[in-house]
Amino acid sequence: MRLHKSGLMLIAAIVTGFAISRFEHLINPYYYQVLIYIGINIILASSLNLINGFAGQFSLGHAGFMAVGAYTSAVVTSQLHFASSSMLNTAAFSLALLLGGIVAAIFGLLVGIPSLRLKGDYLAITTLGFGEIIRVIVQNLDFLGGARGFTGIPKLTNFVWVFSTVAIVILLVSNLINSTYGKSFLAVRDDELAAETIGISSTRVKVIAFVTGAFFAGVAGALYAHFVTYINPAQFSFLKSFEIVVMVIIGGMGSIFGVILSAILLTILPEMLRSVAQYRMVVYSLLLIVIMITRPRGLFVRTRTAKQSVALKTLR
Amino acid sequence: MSEFLQQVINGISLGSIYALIALGYTMIYGILRFINFAHGDVFMVGAFIGYFVAPHVISLTGGSLWIAAPIVLIVTMVGCSALGVTIEKLAYRPLRSRPKLTVLITAIGVSFFLEYGGQLVFGPDPKLFPTLIPSSSLINTQHVVIGTNSIVVILTAIVLMLLLRFIVYNTKMGTAMRAVSFDHRVASLMGINIDSVISFTFVLGSGLAAAASLLYASVYPSINPLMGIFPGLKAFVAAVLGGIGNLAGAALGGLIIGITETFVSGYISSSYRDAIAFAILILILLFKPSGILGRHDRDKV
Repeated sequence: MRLHKSGLMLIAAIVTGFAISRFEHLINPYYYQVLIYIGINIILASSLNLINGFAGQFSLGHAGFMAVGAYTSAVVTSQLHFASSSMLNTAAFSLALLLGGIVAAIFGLLVGIPSLRLKGDYLAITTLGFGEIIRVIVQNLDFLGGARGFTGIPKLTNFVWVFSTVAIVILLVSNLINSTYGKSFLAVRDDELAAETIGISSTRVKVIAFVTGAFFAGVAGALYAHFVTYINPAQFSFLKSFEIVVMVIIGGMGSIFGVILSAILLTILPEMLRSVAQYRMVVYSLLLIVIMITRPRGLFVRTRTAKQSVALKTLR
Repeated sequence: MSEFLQQVINGISLGSIYALIALGYTMIYGILRFINFAHGDVFMVGAFIGYFVAPHVISLTGGSLWIAAPIVLIVTMVGCSALGVTIEKLAYRPLRSRPKLTVLITAIGVSFFLEYGGQLVFGPDPKLFPTLIPSSSLINTQHVVIGTNSIVVILTAIVLMLLLRFIVYNTKMGTAMRAVSFDHRVASLMGINIDSVISFTFVLGSGLAAAASLLYASVYPSINPLMGIFPGLKAFVAAVLGGIGNLAGAALGGLIIGITETFVSGYISSSYRDAIAFAILILILLFKPSGILGRHDRDKV
């Protein structure tokens, strides 16, 4: 029943996207750009939420997966010659997005496997390291443009592509988390040892979280590349990863709705505060510290009721 | 052969700087069981304290670097220690009983706060660090040049490490530190004041980072607010490589990372120098996560 309903929602979202895209040219180009960035950030934050929030594996390398997707798709579209027919364009771009996601997922697998042995701080710094290694390698690959960047990517990303992907990601994550299978994610997050004793394979959960999260980060990277039409390795440094992490934490790790809200907020806010842009990162970091001390479950998450926290305390 | 020797010397000099930073990571990890992500940025602040203090001290001492340098060193160490203790009091102490992830995120927040706060206060453009170590070449054969720089760096690092060893193994506070690191609950039952031991650990760690920053800035005189990120990360890798929580391991790990990095940038390509430390980290975590000298903890129910 649930699947049926979500399928309908998905179709509705895509149809709405198409309807809006008919009026694309009426929207102020600046607002249009912000809208696209909001969509891409929702994809990034929701996919990281799967790894950080639901499976509880703190990853700091999301920009690395994004870079893999961006570069893979850029190579694909630059190799394919674009026909005037928009049907062919659609097919080619779908292929590029899919391949970007798949190659990023393979990297997710590569990161996921060693990280199975690691927890918390170690995992964070290893994923950060992976992200940086990807960046340094891209910087040294001449056919990807090295440090100069990759130019001449066709501008294929539009409203429909971005928001269809957003709809797919949100539906997938929420369906996964509400399924029995997804509950095992939460179990691993809350207590890995206890989860193992009731027969949940924590290895499997972690790998699936990493692979799925990386896949969508790759797709987001591909969408980004085909919107800005120029990418370089510096765009995918760990500052970008940090930005995504902040979105997840402020929204509340493990809260689908909160993370979407904070992705929107943290995309619009810097745009509105352009005149004081140099304070942005200072404000972000202070916000992070204050939230961790006062509301560690996120800004948009209801705090536990007194009854619930008593129950949790007795459980401990 | 001569180039090889030169690389070894440069590597040891860089490695002893990493070792000093790594000691701070490893001590704080030993006591609090979390990675102080902001440690590399305390190192950065140290370089800036040196940058602002050094010209005044040099002119006060009449230009004699041999007197000025130790004074700058002490001032910087005191400054960074104060910063370290403040960070612990304001950001980490309220979270002491919280999940590890919360503390980790806070530490990342503190780290970014120092970096971008630094950009606001000091400006994002690189600055030229004043000369503190009179530069001349001690040994200058045809191919190998050993400058006063590398000798002073290595000697200072050795002296500070011996001093640290003395504090940790031969003083009452050091014994308390080891007790807290072993089991903080039992230690507090034995009448050890946990808070003051933790503060003291931050004093030691941040002080060593300060010393490392002056040495680093003397070798690479261009300083900027983001300069702490990579030395910090590499020193962390060094601490893990040697076995986190282990003092001798941190020193050993620092040397290995320093030498490897110098070799990679000397013989392969300097563009890979920032990635090599992470590659080492991933390998060590795959094959021997407890590090070279570390002991293995098993999860207990």
